[in-house]
Amino acid sequence: MNVFEYANPTTTKEAAGLLAAQWGEAEILAGGTDLLSLMKNYVATPKRVVSLRGIKELSGITSSASGLRIGAMVTLQELHDHKAVHDDYHSLAHAAGSVPSPQIRNLGTVGGDLCQRPRCWYFRNGFGLLAKDEKGQPLVPAGDNRYHAIFGHPGGSPGAYYVHPSSLAPALITFGARVKVAGPKGEREIPLASFFATPKREGERENVLMPNEIVTEIILAAASKGMLTATYEVRQKEALDWPLATASVALRMSGDKVKSARIVLGHVAPVPWPAHEAEKLLAGQTITEDSAAKAGEAAVRGAKALSGNKYKVQLARVAVKRALLEAAAHGKEGMQHG
Amino acid sequence: MSKRKLPTQKGLSRRAFLKTTGAAVSAGVVSGAAAELLNAQSTAKNKVAGPGEVPITLRVNGETHNLNVEPRVTLLDALRDRLDLTGAKKVCDRGTCGTCTVLVDGKAAYACSMLAIDAQGREILTIEGLAPEGELHPISAAFVENDAQQCGFCTPGFVMACKAYLDRNPNPTEAQAKKALGGNLCRCGTYIGVRAAVLDAAARMKGGR
Repeated sequence: MNVFEYANPTTTKEAAGLLAAQWGEAEILAGGTDLLSLMKNYVATPKRVVSLRGIKELSGITSSASGLRIGAMVTLQELHDHKAVHDDYHSLAHAAGSVPSPQIRNLGTVGGDLCQRPRCWYFRNGFGLLAKDEKGQPLVPAGDNRYHAIFGHPGGSPGAYYVHPSSLAPALITFGARVKVAGPKGEREIPLASFFATPKREGERENVLMPNEIVTEIILAAASKGMLTATYEVRQKEALDWPLATASVALRMSGDKVKSARIVLGHVAPVPWPAHEAEKLLAGQTITEDSAAKAGEAAVRGAKALSGNKYKVQLARVAVKRALLEAAAHGKEGMQHG
Repeated sequence: MSKRKLPTQKGLSRRAFLKTTGAAVSAGVVSGAAAELLNAQSTAKNKVAGPGEVPITLRVNGETHNLNVEPRVTLLDALRDRLDLTGAKKVCDRGTCGTCTVLVDGKAAYACSMLAIDAQGREILTIEGLAPEGELHPISAAFVENDAQQCGFCTPGFVMACKAYLDRNPNPTEAQAKKALGGNLCRCGTYIGVRAAVLDAAARMKGGR
């Protein structure tokens, strides 16, 4: 790790003032589980690290009639353990709790989960987000791409092939979450669904943040009564790893029929990937083995597998189906208990 | 709790030698680049420390330690190289193996993934502080009894993860014990013994045996 100066601001405004106008000059330190590894590998080489640990306004979860406000420095464990999250945003609590390492859940933060850098091994080994060789040719299509994207990549041309690593984003997007961001010009609010972006040029990042902006909180609208939600993750092993494919679903119900559905896939594209076709297909349907399987089919229509990740198409299909069935099962449990 | 002795200058130990050379190298690396940035942004200047050594205070195993570290020094390196608390091991140094597990404010955390300077004001418990010198904590005893280690290198991390978990849930099922140790790896593959040790330790700590 290179040397750097350490800043310890106590307000968001101060923190934004300590960041630089260029990417790479300064880095934000939240839980540290990602940044310190990037710095040890010289993928991140900031001159200044701005710790958010001393900023009280970034902590805590507030529950009110209008919904939930989650501070960016809330840890994954705190999110998982929070009663309102557990009761009203089931798929989100599940997503936070299924990050397999308690140590990561205790250190890792909500803001950090959204802003962590991709796990793509080309990126982590210094080939950049777009992973190109000296001639500017993309390394991923011809290389080892078993964990790379099956959606939203340029199909052999130069571009982004990594998958977004966030565990929380798919579930948060199904709830219509908004992100509050603070920068030198003040605050702005962005729907989480349009927070993530696919870089076209090296040097661009995987979200719409400016280099001197900080995610300060996540805002969730009040949970609607009787909404059924679930997150299903397909993993290679139970411990310490990132999922291969995930699906988060949120179903607004009318009796036993789906009024409207939100379905977002994770770990399949450079951004959390909404499955609009599957959402449309489910409107007016009851959730059965058959309708869930058909939604899974619809969710992976248009998938473009690379040379080594065809298996992920099947995993994504099954993740959607199982998430839907799990959400429906919560509905039945709810009725039995009620 | 017994006060651990810091290494003396007499008869330079491997650790002390590494410390000396590390300091020499870092002194060479500190260049004008970071200082330039400092000048460019004078706002909130008083909140900026480093890149050279800065005085910090750590609370470890109930004792207060004042030391000088560069901001880039991790909690793990401060514990091992400065305080000579070598129970927490440095293996992956990337938050993926669990050997460096310590308790920070009662919660299991990877010491490699925290900066020492950022760990100020927190209560840190390492395996050295788990039981008085010469005594075995019930968790450690359960690990011995249940053959929960082979080479033993991952054991301190497992014991600390186990301690954090049992403090939270003193009555785990085997499935819960498995999930609770999902942040620690054992390359000898002693997981079956470790799980048995967690359940045994839970019983011991309740005075069940």
